Amino acid sequence: MPSNIQTTTRVVPDENGRFGAFGGKYVPETLMNALHELETAFEEARRDPQFAAELNELLNKYAGRPTPLTYAERLTEALGGAQIYLKREDLNHTGAHKLNNALGQALLAKRMGKKAIIAETGAGQHGVASATVAAKLGLSCKVFMGEEDIRRQSLNVFRMKLLGAEVIPAVSGSRTLKDATNEAIRHWVSHVEETFYVIGSVVGPHPYPYMVREFQKIIGEETRQQILQQLGKLPDEVVACVGGGSNAIGMFYPFIQDESVALRGVEAAGKGIGTDKHAATLTLGRPGVIHGSLTYLLQDEHGQVQEAHSISAGLDYPGVGPEHAYLKDTGRVTYTSVTDAEALAAVELLCRTEGIIPALESAHAIAEVMKRAPQMSPEKIIVICLSGRGDKDVLTIQEALAERTEGGEA
Amino acid sequence: MMTTTATNRIDRLFADRSRKLFIPFITVGDPTPEATFHLVRAMVDAGADIIELGVPYSDPLADGPTIQRASQRALQHGVSIADALQLVSRLRESGVEAGIVLFSYFNPVLQYGIERFFADLAAHGADGVVIPDLPIEENGPAVAAAKQNGLHVISLVAPTSDTRIKTIGEQATGFLYCVSSLGVTGARAELREDLADFLQRVKASTTAPTAVGFGISTPEQVRAVASHTDGVIVGSAIVQEIEKHQDQLKDPAHMPEAVEKIKTFVQQLVSALQ
Repeated sequence: MPSNIQTTTRVVPDENGRFGAFGGKYVPETLMNALHELETAFEEARRDPQFAAELNELLNKYAGRPTPLTYAERLTEALGGAQIYLKREDLNHTGAHKLNNALGQALLAKRMGKKAIIAETGAGQHGVASATVAAKLGLSCKVFMGEEDIRRQSLNVFRMKLLGAEVIPAVSGSRTLKDATNEAIRHWVSHVEETFYVIGSVVGPHPYPYMVREFQKIIGEETRQQILQQLGKLPDEVVACVGGGSNAIGMFYPFIQDESVALRGVEAAGKGIGTDKHAATLTLGRPGVIHGSLTYLLQDEHGQVQEAHSISAGLDYPGVGPEHAYLKDTGRVTYTSVTDAEALAAVELLCRTEGIIPALESAHAIAEVMKRAPQMSPEKIIVICLSGRGDKDVLTIQEALAERTEGGEA
Repeated sequence: MMTTTATNRIDRLFADRSRKLFIPFITVGDPTPEATFHLVRAMVDAGADIIELGVPYSDPLADGPTIQRASQRALQHGVSIADALQLVSRLRESGVEAGIVLFSYFNPVLQYGIERFFADLAAHGADGVVIPDLPIEENGPAVAAAKQNGLHVISLVAPTSDTRIKTIGEQATGFLYCVSSLGVTGARAELREDLADFLQRVKASTTAPTAVGFGISTPEQVRAVASHTDGVIVGSAIVQEIEKHQDQLKDPAHMPEAVEKIKTFVQQLVSALQ
């Protein structure tokens, strides 16, 4: 089905929301008109200089953009190979790249006259970002979050409530991001006329994967400009973690045409891709439909969606953005995976060499670079998208390290 | 190629529009595959015209809590499309002549293979399918395969469909499933005030028969919508009854008695139609 190789220069998505064979709008009829309205409103906003000015103002003076590109000198030394740069999305207000998109969508919601936003969240970063922008722009906000994630990310739950959002536990299925997304969609179907659904990643029905990319591509645009300013050349490799894949798409998209730049997406291998506890959708999934989009999916032979596993709540998702599915099939991006244990080791290394506690999600990208950098010559340049900071994860990290010391999985 | 109108039960049943059809929904395998067989037969005896058989799914995003729970119960038995097809065969062999449509989310159909799915539907004696997450923009391959096999892909139309009502109505075959309220499936105390207007607009857009569903749970509600439509679909209210009696339905000694209760419940809904 999606095996036909497309050239990467093609404009995607097409008018039907397709990235090659992937994407589309597989949603209940009740939502179709809302998606159409959203598409129209987004296209109008995109062409409106006033909307761009308003968004830029918020990104610069509220979110703290542009985020720096930091040379990771001691990490580079420790790995003894390629030079490593970090795109510091962890320095965004609220601690992750998620705010870029939440600001864009909430501003669009306001422009469309919607007073209420809803959001799904896994790690809680998108929930916090949505609660934040709702407060800033004067909108009401409901955040759907899996019961299991509420337990894992209690600090972020408190943050959302402090910011005035209502956190609604999703108690179906695996009680994680996929189920929170189901609940958010169900709520949206019931309140579609007055509610704007702020999706947190490049997933969901068209136009979401496209719209979220457009709001996140600022990551790659800044990075490209910054590396050219600092080094006068493009990097050899750009590496980002992939759950739904919004930081990765935002980082990769402005480099797609730069053929000399290798792009690597890193999925969560959980306990290992030989086990049934992983979230390596692109590595081990098959094309299927989840949350309104045709993409790679972890599923059984009957098409029942399987539960994903990762130490990182933000990567714990059995689907992936359809543009990633397309970039995998075209071969423009290489997708690999790293385990929970490898991600944990990466957290420790970055803490001790650079004084940065990375989010567990971002640690997956660092772990991949720990494998690759030593094999590369010192002239080579790698940029890692450090998508978020790890403050939200310290309890999880503490537990996992204790478990490891007790002789679990070293 | 078979011609749809000559053989498809849905078309035969709707041929006389003066009679309103009753279309109950239950999930295959809830609480057990054996119970589903007896429940369908009882509902047919109670006067059901077309049976909607739900294929359980892990992520039923158009469904409310009642049908989500039914799906979970059925998935405990590993019920798949293949099991639903076998049930259809068994019902036909036992003499059930009611229309039968499967209700399945798109992913299981996609994994089964679209063409194989429709060929097997026809071979097992089903008449069509409702795929709630397959809007007209995405249903081309399914509609083509259905046509090849003399089957219907039942389209849905919602109060928010607005300008889409016309396009959906023009393409509708079998019957047009009118979603009576925004939101997911599930019993509701009140129906939308503008429901009659919506149904009038749908009727004006199509030559296909219409059936109303989502949230209809009582004989009073059945009576209230009957005059605006050719058929009435009730799902969650019946599934709630099944849930209430699930322990008896799982126990062969008590199943007949529980089936009888659900039959009585369905009879009350059917009699509100005429």
